[in-house]
Amino acid sequence: MTQVTMTVNGKAASGDVPGETLLSDFLREHLRLTGTHVGCDTSQCGACVVHVDGKAVKSCTVLAASLDGAEVTTVEGLANGELHPMQVAFNDNHGLQCGFCTPGMIMSGIDMVNRYKTEGRELTEEAIRHELEGNICRCTGYHNIVRSIKDAAASM
Amino acid sequence: MYAVNYHKPASIEDAVAAIGGAEEAKILAGGQTLLPTMKQHLAAPSDVVDVRGISGMTDIAVRGDTVTIGAAATHAAVAASSEVDTVCPALATLAAGIGDPAVRHMGTIGGSIANNDPAADYPAGLLGLGATIVTNQREIAADDFFTGMFTTALEDGEIITAVSVGKPDRAGYAKFRNPASRYAMVGVFVAQTGSGVRVAVTGAGEDGVFRHAGLEAALSSNWSSEAVDGVDVGSDGLMSDIHASADYRAHLIKVMAKRAAAAS
Repeated sequence: MTQVTMTVNGKAASGDVPGETLLSDFLREHLRLTGTHVGCDTSQCGACVVHVDGKAVKSCTVLAASLDGAEVTTVEGLANGELHPMQVAFNDNHGLQCGFCTPGMIMSGIDMVNRYKTEGRELTEEAIRHELEGNICRCTGYHNIVRSIKDAAASM
Repeated sequence: MYAVNYHKPASIEDAVAAIGGAEEAKILAGGQTLLPTMKQHLAAPSDVVDVRGISGMTDIAVRGDTVTIGAAATHAAVAASSEVDTVCPALATLAAGIGDPAVRHMGTIGGSIANNDPAADYPAGLLGLGATIVTNQREIAADDFFTGMFTTALEDGEIITAVSVGKPDRAGYAKFRNPASRYAMVGVFVAQTGSGVRVAVTGAGEDGVFRHAGLEAALSSNWSSEAVDGVDVGSDGLMSDIHASADYRAHLIKVMAKRAAAAS
């Protein structure tokens, strides 16, 4: 067992976790934050993407024990009274159908917009499609997801 | 995943002690291959020793014409590093094309080369550049480091601490991605270095990454895409699987070598 204390969505969260506990399990089973989805559990689909210290990572491929002191943001931590612009854009552009991949899409979307803004690069449609390489959606055909991220980028 | 003991030592000495004290330890550097492998029960170490807490392990620094990259530097960090860009922009480009953005935020250069996956990008880059792999015990030339598929010259308990890359005159990398998994079906890194032209091929060889003497000779006499046309790339020793036959991979080696030379 490893004692870990991390900040999750702005609040301190701690627990004694076995070495093999994945961040996705820690969030879902220990903290009951079930907005983070586990789709493939093989690091490919991206439904489990959260932010660790401001960067998008696949929470099914990180050990909770390794994150003592880390700041974690999940999809539940985005809305601050009002929905985050990325959430609004997914709603406005019909960026989801079944919704299973959506938490990961939104977290990856925010991450890419932030990175491109920081680096002063233009987030084109082509760039968004390339950046979504690690997020799989089996409903939408991606068109409205790409539109949602482009829309949100303009207001973030 | 089976039960595992987690350690996060603050020094190399503590890491060596943790490895030595375990029944079967694996080093965790980014976990983007190790953890999926453990989830599938293809690896079942009793202990994992996380080296990311060791000071200096994520540093990237330039001295003279050489950049030294800490073993726990992530692919994203290497891709964005102005130090790496100064010495070898082709290596930064290579790092920017590994996996996907979330994987690049966790995966590390040390983890990638220690695993020596036959389709990994870094082995081609480091072998192509004639890099030096620094461990807690010695320095190993890339030519001696990658010894076979998923096999390296690392001894038990030996820990990669950094990778040093000298500035090439020019270098380029091109890969043909598997249409589904996006792994390199063939990747070719070409470099003109002080010690001659080097061409390293990943994704294709049955024994993992390898250098190609014919392509090196052709590019030595004429550094251009056209020079590759006359080279005979055979299919002996190349992988054949559902994704590509050995003949197809042989063809891709030439095409990727041309693109890599053009990108340099």
